[in-house]
Amino acid sequence: MTAILAQGISKKFRLSQTRGSIKDRLAGRGRGSHQDFWALQEIDVRVEQGETVGILGHNGSGKSTLLKCIAGILKPTTGSVQVRGRVASLLELGAGFHPDLTGRENVFINASFLGISRKEIERRFDDIVGFAQLENFIDQQVKYYSSGMFVRLGFAVAINVDPDVLLVDEVLAVGDEAFQQKCLDRVEEFQREGRTILFVTHGADQVRRICNRAIVLDHGVMVANAAPGEAIRVFREHLHGTMSDGGEHPAEIADSPIHLRELHIGYPTPGRSSIDTGEGIDLALPFACESAIDDAVLSLEVRNHRGETMFAADTDTLGSPLPRLVGDGVLHIRLDHVPLLDGTYPLSLQLRHRHDGQVLALREGQDAFEVTSHTRVQGQVMLPTTVTVEMSPEEVAR
Amino acid sequence: MATSIDQELRLVLPRRSVRQHLADLWKYRELWQQLVRKELHVRYQKSVLGFAWSMMNPLFLLVVYSIVFGILGASFSWFGIWLLAGILVWNFFATSLSTGTQAITSNGYLVGKVNFPREVLPLASVGAAFVHLLLSSSLMVAVLLVTRFHVDWSYLWLIIPAVITLVVLASALAILLSAVNVYARDTTHLLDLVLLAWFWLTPIIYPFELVTEKLENGGSWAYWHLLNPVAPILMAIQRGVYGEPSVSIPDGASATGRSMKRLLPDLSQWWYLRNIGIVFAFACLLLVVAIKVFDRAEGNFAEVM
Repeated sequence: MTAILAQGISKKFRLSQTRGSIKDRLAGRGRGSHQDFWALQEIDVRVEQGETVGILGHNGSGKSTLLKCIAGILKPTTGSVQVRGRVASLLELGAGFHPDLTGRENVFINASFLGISRKEIERRFDDIVGFAQLENFIDQQVKYYSSGMFVRLGFAVAINVDPDVLLVDEVLAVGDEAFQQKCLDRVEEFQREGRTILFVTHGADQVRRICNRAIVLDHGVMVANAAPGEAIRVFREHLHGTMSDGGEHPAEIADSPIHLRELHIGYPTPGRSSIDTGEGIDLALPFACESAIDDAVLSLEVRNHRGETMFAADTDTLGSPLPRLVGDGVLHIRLDHVPLLDGTYPLSLQLRHRHDGQVLALREGQDAFEVTSHTRVQGQVMLPTTVTVEMSPEEVAR
Repeated sequence: MATSIDQELRLVLPRRSVRQHLADLWKYRELWQQLVRKELHVRYQKSVLGFAWSMMNPLFLLVVYSIVFGILGASFSWFGIWLLAGILVWNFFATSLSTGTQAITSNGYLVGKVNFPREVLPLASVGAAFVHLLLSSSLMVAVLLVTRFHVDWSYLWLIIPAVITLVVLASALAILLSAVNVYARDTTHLLDLVLLAWFWLTPIIYPFELVTEKLENGGSWAYWHLLNPVAPILMAIQRGVYGEPSVSIPDGASATGRSMKRLLPDLSQWWYLRNIGIVFAFACLLLVVAIKVFDRAEGNFAEVM
């Protein structure tokens, strides 16, 4: 059965410099000076009952707007949304809390926003307070709560009201680690119970871990609706598309006898600009020498998106010193087996002189390769793992 | 897991009909209750006297007006009761409108984050004001009991249709103005002025007949005043509570030294009821218009604020 069916959702926002005051309207300045901005264009989303679907997108891609339209907080300009069953939206935890009321009073108000009767909440009240671990503070005014307590209570209400459909907006990144784990456990429990979850994030890891499928938005247009691995790849490509041409290219090293050209990254599958975990990759670096160079050392560094070194080596440590370089040529670097999990890995390549360490040429952070992982494991490196159990045959038979 | 009632289909569409709005409001009636409770609770939890404050205001006004009009000689016997009936009801109306107008803008933190029928917010303001009306009416009852002033039971029942009509009227205006105020914040300030003028245009501290007299003498239609939708409501309440359509006032020119002065039209209950009925029809129409305007406006509430 379909839990969420959104058809042809478009949302127009009016950007105008002057608004809010009658004076401006009367002066005619409110008219004509606005610009229309389409935050969403013709989005179709269909989520079956029991599915967990992620919405990926960079900032401003319209992912939160889409979730708000589905939640009914914003009305779409065109299109329609149908949601079957009780919806709990975790757009901002504790959003409906009033600071001057106690935790107890806020629980009741918050629940009635979700359309739940007072009686029903009275039945669940102890569960909610227990989940939030606020037994001793529930009769305190919420304004005296720490931000962690606030968020815990908000999450506890939303998750304990027995929703059929849960809409989540990047809230799984709140609270301390133990509470985050508790939330994730609860989300997984929801999945097992066959509830529907739609959740917005820009964390590819979360999508990989909990989603069956993901939708990728870019500038209000849906660019992918696919399995997590594929969706994450598309997401990364679009992310780079929006960030390209901003990078700094370091100046050529003056008076260097060698110049490096553009690095060519050879992906194994033609037409695809990423490798799968475990595949190999070929790097080709053309160069041009003005004069012959002896004793050059090529070093290679692979980093992760945080800039941490994943791997670093040079031709000396690898035991394959470079020959004398003359004229034009190409340096071929073959990474035979890349056990990295998905992500973008910036590269750094450097040619230096063996004896005085003088840098002859370098490409620093200008190149990167992509890895897509089709598994659900997390982390940075793939460790092929098998689990077996040993038990005594008698025990098993019994 | 979910019951069959929970499995109903929820629709989000660019436009919704008035009927859908009303159905949604009914579904969220418990939220409305909670919000009324919250509004009252937040307002009074720190004050020592709590709800007593809601009595202080009309009581204070009563004292001030009685003294002022007593000195000016514009008052008549049991003027306080006449005045109190009007002021309590007017206070409900004015408070509903002024708090209702700001209901959406002052709850921006909810509107942008949570989904619920937004009309609940202005309606909660009306609800809170209504609770005040009930509480301060107990003051009215106390005054009547102490002074043993007799009410006119044959007119007093008009209070029920009159108050219902006023609630519908206040709700319609609160819904309409709350939506307008999101886009034009000047509404709040403009409303203050309008309410001030409206107060003096409504027969609250002066009797209705004073105006008809002047209008008649001026050769114009005597009942212009009834076009003010609040006037027929107030008149019916005054007629029941005050109990007399006329009072005797000192008059040096007459033989007895006193003459009768009319306060309200000396007409049957049905005349009063008919007027209320007309206002009720108008209020219902206004409510439909208000919900339609609200429907068009609410799509972008979350963005505009």
